[in-house]
Amino acid sequence: MEKEQKQFYERLEQKGVSRRDFMKFCTFLTATMGLSSSFVPKVAEVFAAPSQRPPVVWLHFAECTGCSESVLRSMYPWIDELVLDILSIEYHETIMAAAGHQAEENLQMAMKKYAGKFICVCEGGVATKYDGGWGKVGGQTFLEIARDVVPKAAATITIGNCSSFGGIQAAAPNPGGYVSVEKATGVKTLKIAGCPPNPVNFVGTVVNYLLLGKLPALDELGRPLFAYGKTIHDQCPRRAHFENDEMVTEFGSEEAAMGYCLYQVGCKGPETYNNCPVVKFNDGTSWPVEAGHPCIGCSEPNFWDTMTPFYEEL
Amino acid sequence: MRAVEDAVGVTIPDNARIIRNLLHGAQFQHDHIVHFYHLHALDWVDVVSALKADPKKTASLSENVSNAPWGGSAYYKNVQQRLQTFVDSGQLGPLNNAYWGHSAYNLPPEANLMASAHYIEALRLQAKAARMHAIFGAKNPHLQSLVVGGITSVRDLRPDRIAEFLYLWKETQDFIKNVYIPDLLAVASFYKDWGAIGGTTNFMAWGEFPQSSAEPQSLYMPRGTIMKRNVGGIKMATQDKVTEHVQRAWYEDGKNLHPYKGETRPLKENPDYRPGGGKYSWFKAPRYEGASCEVGPLARVLVAYANGHKDVVPLVDGTLSQLDIPVQALFSTLGRTAARGLESVAIGNAMEGWILELVGNIKAGDTKTYQSWDMPNSAQGVGLNDVPRGSLGHWINIEGGKIGNYQYVVPSTWNLGPRDEKGQLGPVEEALIGTPVADPKRPLEVLRTVHSFDPCVACGVHVIDPDSNEVYKIKAL
Repeated sequence: MEKEQKQFYERLEQKGVSRRDFMKFCTFLTATMGLSSSFVPKVAEVFAAPSQRPPVVWLHFAECTGCSESVLRSMYPWIDELVLDILSIEYHETIMAAAGHQAEENLQMAMKKYAGKFICVCEGGVATKYDGGWGKVGGQTFLEIARDVVPKAAATITIGNCSSFGGIQAAAPNPGGYVSVEKATGVKTLKIAGCPPNPVNFVGTVVNYLLLGKLPALDELGRPLFAYGKTIHDQCPRRAHFENDEMVTEFGSEEAAMGYCLYQVGCKGPETYNNCPVVKFNDGTSWPVEAGHPCIGCSEPNFWDTMTPFYEEL
Repeated sequence: MRAVEDAVGVTIPDNARIIRNLLHGAQFQHDHIVHFYHLHALDWVDVVSALKADPKKTASLSENVSNAPWGGSAYYKNVQQRLQTFVDSGQLGPLNNAYWGHSAYNLPPEANLMASAHYIEALRLQAKAARMHAIFGAKNPHLQSLVVGGITSVRDLRPDRIAEFLYLWKETQDFIKNVYIPDLLAVASFYKDWGAIGGTTNFMAWGEFPQSSAEPQSLYMPRGTIMKRNVGGIKMATQDKVTEHVQRAWYEDGKNLHPYKGETRPLKENPDYRPGGGKYSWFKAPRYEGASCEVGPLARVLVAYANGHKDVVPLVDGTLSQLDIPVQALFSTLGRTAARGLESVAIGNAMEGWILELVGNIKAGDTKTYQSWDMPNSAQGVGLNDVPRGSLGHWINIEGGKIGNYQYVVPSTWNLGPRDEKGQLGPVEEALIGTPVADPKRPLEVLRTVHSFDPCVACGVHVIDPDSNEVYKIKAL
């Protein structure tokens, strides 16, 4: 372990990431997850040297691959570490080198080899009308794949609004009968909600699993409380403007330039549970309200129906 | 957004136009790097062979052909060790069961190791490059600062934000020039035969990056069509010539319609492949004046080249002479993959000027980023542009202040669409004809051409071997 850890830090340093930077990130991640600071070294340990990399089977259903793209933007740990050093991604349409029959063989082999032990990550909604015929991979319907794979996993994480709640294709009138993975399979899933979610919340969940051997505490919808425990509104840096009734009523206005509250131009922050204002996106660079745009409620169920019109007051 | 802006008749302010161009330019830089290294490179690069490379020789190869900031035998030894540890773990993960060792892989082990190292570097670089989007667009993926009338991120027009953007732009553009392009040329030099494989006939680009409110005149990447490979006969492209055809797609049969009148009536059944003239795709078949057209980097570069584009012409000519291949070699899988790299250089370089233009406006006191507008009761509008994968068009009819009809024709329907009622092939179908396949059970060569189009598709591509009539389903990833 010590040797492996030493190699890990050497590798980090070669990449221009100091041990100090790395510990800083672990502290940040530990705090995001709501764990006490005594967990910091343990979080570092998880990244430094897992004995066997936990197998992950990543399924794509009706989706835009935005959630995979989001995870590709992970910077601490870097995505190459996540893929090469921390997890063992057995099946993932976008990143696996295999194709065609060989790709499908990978899925079958992983399910057999790691039965009951792999983490299943699902991205996308599942078509149920017409025998599930509106969504297939290699001739098998999403519905068949989900019902085959998900029950065999140790745990299933649904990443993004589509696999968690059905997503855009499930919006009215939902012609293909799209539903969440949980509805399609009857198996409870952990939901990393968002369109797409912040990769930090996915990584935080995985670390929780590796560190404590279990998934984090969830809200009644199945979202981890460390990320989805509070509303956007309650954590919003513009909250004081809301209290003072200092409102933006039109984009491009003086009020918009002053960073006033976006409630009247449609912000769904009061009804949306997520940690965007605290964690922000892309290495803490920004988030929608900071960029002057109202929250559209993308981590809530059925937001395409319940949170629209996006630019009208709640 | 542009379709609605066209319909309601609003012209966005200069700063909004520039910021959209910068965000979109960053999208090109980012997407093309990810496509080359992570979605396409492993069709040419055998990672397993990299384990046999001599790190010292790799270091000198790298110094010879690349201006990459990393290198030296210690660096390559480290990368090789990391790959070896990964392989020794027995958990091959995403590298499992690919076509390693296939006879169509031509690179020596050292070139494979260099490319594998840059695959990993590019993974990190792309995450940084995506931060450009977050600066003026809130986040990446799925930017959230674009609204009809302009952009909302007025508070980010600050010197510190612009400097941050400039720094990330420079790092990304340095990577494109010093790593991506040298890698592209190094790999291409081993695969020159692919300059005669995987070509198509007709090309269309809507163009992108308006330099003023005048479109299409001011587009940095110009608009146009080139039919039957006649580069000299380039014509302006106009949106009224587009139709969509559904005879071979899983939609109710109907007329060939212009998108303003477009219908989307999917078959209410579990669709299946129907051989012998039946329906076989979820894509409609878009046509321009009835012709199937390739869209994307190659189409854009050809259109720019035909227009005598001041930045694109020298890039194309320089590359052809460096690889010592004729201009006809552009009509190929190799040409398509090279065009993607070359336009990354041109567009990335142009971004610097846009940043300075934005700074000039702010200096002069112009911080306007939004123009207000009123929703008409009824109107129609079209938004045409080119995104990294190719030409994108949105058409909207507004009725009663709401969406009456909305149709979009996206790059992958142009490229991967099925046959039409006349039996005319879609571009990818056409490009695959005549592809040499050494082993039909491991059709690496097919992946090269399919991936070169950067398909945005999670469905199956059906390929039929005319000799055995065996249907191979090859997943386009």
